[in-house]
Amino acid sequence: MADVDVQSPQGGKGKKKAATKRTSTKIDMTPMVDLGFLLITFFMLTTTLAKPQTMEITMPDKNENKDDKMKVKESRTLTVLLGDNDKVYYYRGIPDPNDPQIGITNFGKDGIRKTLLEKKREIGKVRDDDSGKLVDGIIVIIKAKDTAKYKNMVDILDEMNITNIGTYAIVDMSEGDLSLMEVADNGGKPLTETAGQTAQG
Amino acid sequence: MAKLHFPRRNITLDMTAMCDVAFLLLTFFMLATKFKPDEPVVVDTPSSVSEIKLPESDIITLSISKEGAVFFGIDNTGTRLKLIEAMGDKYKVNFTDEEKAAFAYGSQIGVPMANLKQLLDASAYNQKQIKQPGVPVDSTHNELRDWIDLGRRLNVQVAGKVPRIAIKGDQGVDYAVVKRVIDTLQDLNINRFNMITSLESDPSKVAAAAAGKTE
Repeated sequence: MADVDVQSPQGGKGKKKAATKRTSTKIDMTPMVDLGFLLITFFMLTTTLAKPQTMEITMPDKNENKDDKMKVKESRTLTVLLGDNDKVYYYRGIPDPNDPQIGITNFGKDGIRKTLLEKKREIGKVRDDDSGKLVDGIIVIIKAKDTAKYKNMVDILDEMNITNIGTYAIVDMSEGDLSLMEVADNGGKPLTETAGQTAQG
Repeated sequence: MAKLHFPRRNITLDMTAMCDVAFLLLTFFMLATKFKPDEPVVVDTPSSVSEIKLPESDIITLSISKEGAVFFGIDNTGTRLKLIEAMGDKYKVNFTDEEKAAFAYGSQIGVPMANLKQLLDASAYNQKQIKQPGVPVDSTHNELRDWIDLGRRLNVQVAGKVPRIAIKGDQGVDYAVVKRVIDTLQDLNINRFNMITSLESDPSKVAAAAAGKTE
């Protein structure tokens, strides 16, 4: 390459190459590659490329006028109560205090999802007043006990997504619902009877 | 038997191309990375099938730990700086410039205003050691309400955007705490918010995919 042609003063011996040794320019890249991949691994693990998933919730407006509130037929509603220990209670419409048809289920495979799908079919389709289209008639009212876990709430909202139920609301739990849950735990005996029993005992 | 004779080959190969790729990827990850903000509390989020992603910026994160402590965080540094001043005015706490900076560049907080000064005075390492009891959310003494209210308004001033509210609750926390937080939000007329969850496969889609395969 950059050989300097040194002409000997004598000129007798002709061309003589410079003493510089030709070294190979090839370097072993392996450690550099190692380092590169090490750093890649580090950045890949620390990076937050995967943004967290979210669920969007729209709560009913608290300050809304009472008259504006949607009035629904009780036959269309399914109330789902979230209790302790991942238990789910459900009933349709307004329960009769003497004979509450309240069911208990859980979040298992044949649990609330099956129930929701069944009830959805049972209630069937309803003609929407505004658009005149047939829509799912079911309206789910979700009430969670204070001691229910947050996971249960997310799970039930998730079930709404899975079963394609678009109309649902999260409502505060009332006294009546709390006692209904107790009734259901007692094997569905009417309220008055259990109250009598506790008074005696 | 004839002996097989393999010619000896040189096994060194040119690593340059591989090196190029490695560093190209490295550069990409270095530029694309955004370090996870360290959070004062570990929150184990419940899983859901929802695939909606959280927006990149302008989020108020309300973390709820397993013990029921509520933590407040907002991502915009400019907003945080103004927020700490506004909160100091409101609760008659004088923060020094260092404390304000510590808040602005810090992570989520989960202490009552009375103890915030103490927390911000601590070094970054000590801050992690302090067990934070959570921002008060009781109906009589609701500091979270002020944090959210001022945070929202100041973020509009600073970034020109109303921040989204994301609730990051632990799956084991009692619903009562979550309800208090949601009630606080509704008090402020915030009826739309997000709940941060981790991904779970949608059983109906999985079933559909499986059915599609068998057909």
